[in-house]
Amino acid sequence: MAMASSGTALVTLPTDTQILITREFDAPRHLVYKAWTTPELIKRWWAGDRGEVTIAEVDLRVGGRWRYVMTANDGFEVAFHGVYREIVPNERLVSTEVFEGIPDAEASAVVNTITLTETDGRTTLTSLAEHPSRGIRDMVINSGMEAGMQEAMDHLERVAASLR
Amino acid sequence: MARAATTADAFNAVAEPRRRQILDVLAGRELPVNDLVRMVGLAQPLVSKHLRVLREVGLVGVRDQGRQRMYSVNGRPLKPIHDWVKNYERSWSQRFDRLDVVLEELKQIKEENHGDGE
Repeated sequence: MAMASSGTALVTLPTDTQILITREFDAPRHLVYKAWTTPELIKRWWAGDRGEVTIAEVDLRVGGRWRYVMTANDGFEVAFHGVYREIVPNERLVSTEVFEGIPDAEASAVVNTITLTETDGRTTLTSLAEHPSRGIRDMVINSGMEAGMQEAMDHLERVAASLR
Repeated sequence: MARAATTADAFNAVAEPRRRQILDVLAGRELPVNDLVRMVGLAQPLVSKHLRVLREVGLVGVRDQGRQRMYSVNGRPLKPIHDWVKNYERSWSQRFDRLDVVLEELKQIKEENHGDGE
């Protein structure tokens, strides 16, 4: 169960509509910010072990759009896009996020707030995802739970990514 | 908007803060409804309503003891919630492990170019 990684993402559910992820990195925050916002670097980490990032577009200004597309290992394509709402370089990034694979996707947009704090050259990243309603989150979760086990796992992966 | 049925699963049951409070109060012990009402600080009809929801999803069990009905927690229906969070956590941990590799490289590039500093 224990992972031999340098750190494990800690996931908590502060309210019925939120998901909070926390992780520490052994790097100063301007580098974490750079890795988080530079297309060629995003391509190297954003898909994790699940596939390949094929598109990473970043128009890093308030009102600018971003779009990431990933081809998962078993072939399906997963795409997300959003708009930057608030940008404080190296500190804070607020953006919307839409999972393109669901009906009425724009209405289910998540608002993500990323914060970076640095202590002694190490950076703590928090990512707070705020959903428009608990109903939307529940609906996604419930549909995952009703599916077959493997399908549910695949779906949950997509859900997990979409809630980012 | 289409909604999946929510009354019959643990996700919905624990979405209500008062029901989480009832589960907390019941954790590790059995209580009659009167004690529960006193400890939770809600009117009995409300407590009974929440208990009904919790019983429907199997999170709370009840047995008769003399004239009293004793309530207790069964954690098993919480497992899908736990699993969901764990899976989500695993997915992000993998992603962040990749990010660690990228950051190591960025740190090295910086050291080669500037030595140190902002």
